[in-house]
Amino acid sequence: MEFNTSQPIYKQIIDDFKKKLIRGELEEGDKMPSQREYAEQVRVNPNTVQRAYREMESMNMVETLRGQGTFVSISADRLEEIKMEMAVNLVDYFISEMESLGYSREDMFKILEQELTRKEGGCR
Amino acid sequence: MIEFKNVSKSFGSTVALNDISLVFPRGKIIGLFGPNGAGKSTSIKLIMGLNRPDRGEVRVDGESPKNKKQDMAYLPEIDHLYPWMNIAQAADFTRTFYADWDEAKYQELIKFLNLQEDMKIARISKGQRAKTKLLLTVSRRAPYLLMDEPLSGIDILTREEIINTLIRDYREGEQTIIISTHEIAEVESLVDEVIFLDRGKVKLSGNAEDLRVERNMSLVELMKEAFRNAD
Repeated sequence: MEFNTSQPIYKQIIDDFKKKLIRGELEEGDKMPSQREYAEQVRVNPNTVQRAYREMESMNMVETLRGQGTFVSISADRLEEIKMEMAVNLVDYFISEMESLGYSREDMFKILEQELTRKEGGCR
Repeated sequence: MIEFKNVSKSFGSTVALNDISLVFPRGKIIGLFGPNGAGKSTSIKLIMGLNRPDRGEVRVDGESPKNKKQDMAYLPEIDHLYPWMNIAQAADFTRTFYADWDEAKYQELIKFLNLQEDMKIARISKGQRAKTKLLLTVSRRAPYLLMDEPLSGIDILTREEIINTLIRDYREGEQTIIISTHEIAEVESLVDEVIFLDRGKVKLSGNAEDLRVERNMSLVELMKEAFRNAD
């Protein structure tokens, strides 16, 4: 995993796990890598990983069982919420960048429509 | 915890540290950054008790540094190993001085770092010497690990090995690591706290992640900005 060093690293770790949950690569009850394993694997400070894991616990994504490790523990509703949050963030980013280029609402729809169609066409 | 209270230190007419106050919190990995001549090595030597401040005070867990030498593992910037020794002899030498030597860790690390005990210091490469210095420093279970430019003049693969070793062996909460370096990009994801020094003064300090949140900048960018606004 490559980090963008101008953004907090613990947040990028959380986003990475969110994506894994949304894609179904991690599911309810799955064991998470230990903090140490994960720190070594992505080469970050173990304290940063600890911060990310702690945050994910308070976000109701994972649960730590004493002596057993950290496990995915997330309700279907919560997962849906997280997925929506990530989608909204992406769309917000898209809108604000497009606005800064002077695109109107109609033009945005038009260009989205056009690019989606082009992509579908390209897949065939 | 290590504390600097209004510390000044000069060498002849050269001011190395100019009335600085600092705290190095316990259990963190702390980056001591700044260009050459900023006062990084001097700070580390004061913590080690190798130099004494002209004014002000340095405290390690509330005590004078000279009483805490057994708690410090120090990786100096200079080549301090005897060239006629091989790695096993250099390890023996270190082992006799420090009660916290961890033989199992040493044996494991020597393999991890691709070193061999019969390698002679005089004949190994600069990268291998850097790794040997690291090996001898982190094979001790010292609460404080002080490293002065552990990455300078070393190729990128060896740097990665050194950083991996530090992450692997870091004991959260109980160990405090201070790394002085100007290779900031290499240690971006390694440090908790940062201190930027410039000509004997503290330019900027704080928690690395908090600084990223506040400024939307990497540590490298922060450093560049801090020094662009200098004078």
